[in-house]
Amino acid sequence: MRLSDSLIEADRLMTICNSCRYCEGLCAVFPAMEMRRVFAEGDLNLLANLCHSCGACYDACQFAPPHEFAVNVPVAMARVRRESWEAYVWPARFAGLFRRNGVAVALIAALSVAAFIAAFVAAHDPAKLFAADDGPGAFYRMMPHNAMVALFGGVFVYAVFAAAMGIRTFWRDLNQTHPLPLGAGSLWQAVRDAGSLRYLDGGGEGCADDEVEQRDSRRLFHHLTFYGFLLCFASTSVATLYHYLLGREAPYPWYDLPVLLGVAGGIGLVIGPIGLIAARRRRRADLKDLSQQGIDDAFTLMLLLTALTGLALLLLRATPAMGLLLAAHLGVVFALFLTLPYGRFVHGLYRFAALVRHAQEMRAAGA
Amino acid sequence: MSTGLAQSVDVDVLVVGGGNAALCAAISARRAGASVRVIEAAPKFYRGGNTRHTRNMRCAHDSATAWLSGPYSEQEFWNDLLEVTQGKTDAELSRMMIDRSAAMLDWIQQQGVRFQPSLGGTLSLGRTNSFFLGGGRAMLNALYRTAESLGVAVEYDAEVVDLTVTDGAFTSAAVRRQDGVGHITARSLVAASGGFEANLEWLREAWGATADNFIIRGSPYNRGGLIKVLLDKGVQSIGDPRQCHAVAIDARAPKFDGGIITRLDCVVFGIVINKHAQRFHDEGEDFWPKRYAIWGRLVADQPDQIAWVLFDARSLPLFMPSLYPPISAATVADLGAKLGLDPAAVGATVTAFNRACRPGAFDPAVHDGCRTKGLAVDKTNWARPIDTAPFYAYPLRPGITFTYLGVRVDRDARMRMADGSGAANMFAAGEIMAGNVLGRGYAAGIGMTIGSVFGKIAGEEAAAHALER
Repeated sequence: MRLSDSLIEADRLMTICNSCRYCEGLCAVFPAMEMRRVFAEGDLNLLANLCHSCGACYDACQFAPPHEFAVNVPVAMARVRRESWEAYVWPARFAGLFRRNGVAVALIAALSVAAFIAAFVAAHDPAKLFAADDGPGAFYRMMPHNAMVALFGGVFVYAVFAAAMGIRTFWRDLNQTHPLPLGAGSLWQAVRDAGSLRYLDGGGEGCADDEVEQRDSRRLFHHLTFYGFLLCFASTSVATLYHYLLGREAPYPWYDLPVLLGVAGGIGLVIGPIGLIAARRRRRADLKDLSQQGIDDAFTLMLLLTALTGLALLLLRATPAMGLLLAAHLGVVFALFLTLPYGRFVHGLYRFAALVRHAQEMRAAGA
Repeated sequence: MSTGLAQSVDVDVLVVGGGNAALCAAISARRAGASVRVIEAAPKFYRGGNTRHTRNMRCAHDSATAWLSGPYSEQEFWNDLLEVTQGKTDAELSRMMIDRSAAMLDWIQQQGVRFQPSLGGTLSLGRTNSFFLGGGRAMLNALYRTAESLGVAVEYDAEVVDLTVTDGAFTSAAVRRQDGVGHITARSLVAASGGFEANLEWLREAWGATADNFIIRGSPYNRGGLIKVLLDKGVQSIGDPRQCHAVAIDARAPKFDGGIITRLDCVVFGIVINKHAQRFHDEGEDFWPKRYAIWGRLVADQPDQIAWVLFDARSLPLFMPSLYPPISAATVADLGAKLGLDPAAVGATVTAFNRACRPGAFDPAVHDGCRTKGLAVDKTNWARPIDTAPFYAYPLRPGITFTYLGVRVDRDARMRMADGSGAANMFAAGEIMAGNVLGRGYAAGIGMTIGSVFGKIAGEEAAAHALER
């Protein structure tokens, strides 16, 4: 099979880097590279998904451009990484969604929001739609609870299934040449590495986004985003338990657990994505892969929109705007779920799988 | 930074060069209160000469650290230096450098440099040498960040082409920039601009036509212009122009700046032949880290300065990979033909070698005594028949890392004039004065020790002179 230009370039760079190894203390990519002498497509996809493109190795590299060897690992790995998500996507015919991700996500989001608003308007007479109502069950007077569960449960299950199918293919690729036992130790190591963004620290000094002063802002904003996302997820889960176990219906008072979790998560999901987008804009041109900007921003903006519409709904739920805000929020969340397997979200899953594999390899090597 | 043609600058300390030695000098002079300007001949990416290609420094230390596996005493360091130089070293200067090397580990970290345990495949340097996290360029970046935050001015693409020196006292430097020649006056001068290894004409003067086949492993900007100026102005020279750090590297490497990735670590596992398919030196004399630095000279002494290392499939996984793939063939004769050599002669040499191999237990980790008997040039360790296809070869050329000819200095890094007196305000550090320590030979990481220790001293002395009124 003919390798893509990105894979050919990554192979060239890894051959150079494996002869040098000065960067092995910076992150997981180089120790993983050193366990190989030749690089098959699966190997390169593993290395690419271990890489955060923080830029530390680029600034450390004596062979970076303008040197004739033109070594730029962060950008080469970013390209292979995105191509790997495309290559493993399920179903395969949706691969194109990665290439025109910004447009696709924007369209799906706009259509979803429009559909929810249209459905709300069609289903309710204007007096009810714009009535101020925040008593228990107010949301479900706009959209029946069972309909909500069916719709969102369905799209969530689909997203999980589609993403899992992609990871499964990646995992098979990784284990094709050297199958390794999957133990709890490797999994726990990967949970800790992923949860702390262990390798997004430029070897300890922060990302090389700024040539003069290195900052750790990407890690901070990513933590806010990721843990914000988890808190929102926890909020929804608690609310579901309330609903089915305690028979308590949303909306809940501001001091109740689902709201507290949702507000804390929502604030993280506002500050985090804004910080990440700003950090991306600030990024040095030589470390930026412009072809990725669409895919990166689309997912981040969807998270931001989810948080903004959710917080707006909380603040204005007692006003006549509640109906439309609920429709907008549900539309955004629906689009977010639907596009999860076809955008930047999958980076976390592939990175986690790569970290598990790396932990397995380190164990097997006795390191 | 704007550097107009008419611009003339005045500083306390002028540092010429932009590598480890220069930056250590600039930082220590600035910390002592002097105003400092660094003049680097290379553009920004290529700043720092060969520091960009280094990866560790050798410093004495009393105990293991987070990155060093055990103690390395001053006495052991001294013994190692005596061994590699075969006694050709200035004992007073070298012992002083070794004594001060221990404190460098802390000092250099205070300037922002970070260390890590020794790299994979770096062969037994984990106890003696401190490896820079991210390598030499990362180390250099840290020094530049520190220097600039302290207020050291740095100019790139600026080459010192002349000095005004009167009775051993420096007053100003003529600096060629892209827009013309300007002048910098200063109270003190630190020369830390490297050797002349990238000056092909000068190499030819020293080596004759042989030099045309040398490959320069590092910076193309180390042309030795300042060495010439200083010697012209009456500074005493040190070192033999033919002495240098030279290793055998892949002949396919670019003429300049191929760096570490063109080195080959497979000589001990094979045989090395010249263009007549003849072996010429014991490939298994000692562990590779102890012998790699002699092979540059050995290949330089062969006809056309070319050689090939031959080995078989069993040896391929035993050494670090390098940039270019080995040349391979199914038979030894085919391999010889691919190399452009006489296949029959290559076959005869390999057959004779294989027959001369004595039985033994092959073990790369020890002097295994697997040797040949009865050859004109015997291989005394790690000799085993080259008989398992496919067969491999790498072409070898002499690769020059840096030259040793430079300026004579005293304990305080002060240049000595030809008449034996000390220069009033001229100091030197790094490759430009490495010949004081290294009369010949080399031990891994010692170039950076010379640069850091003498750089710091030169900066302090230069500042002290500039600030005394």
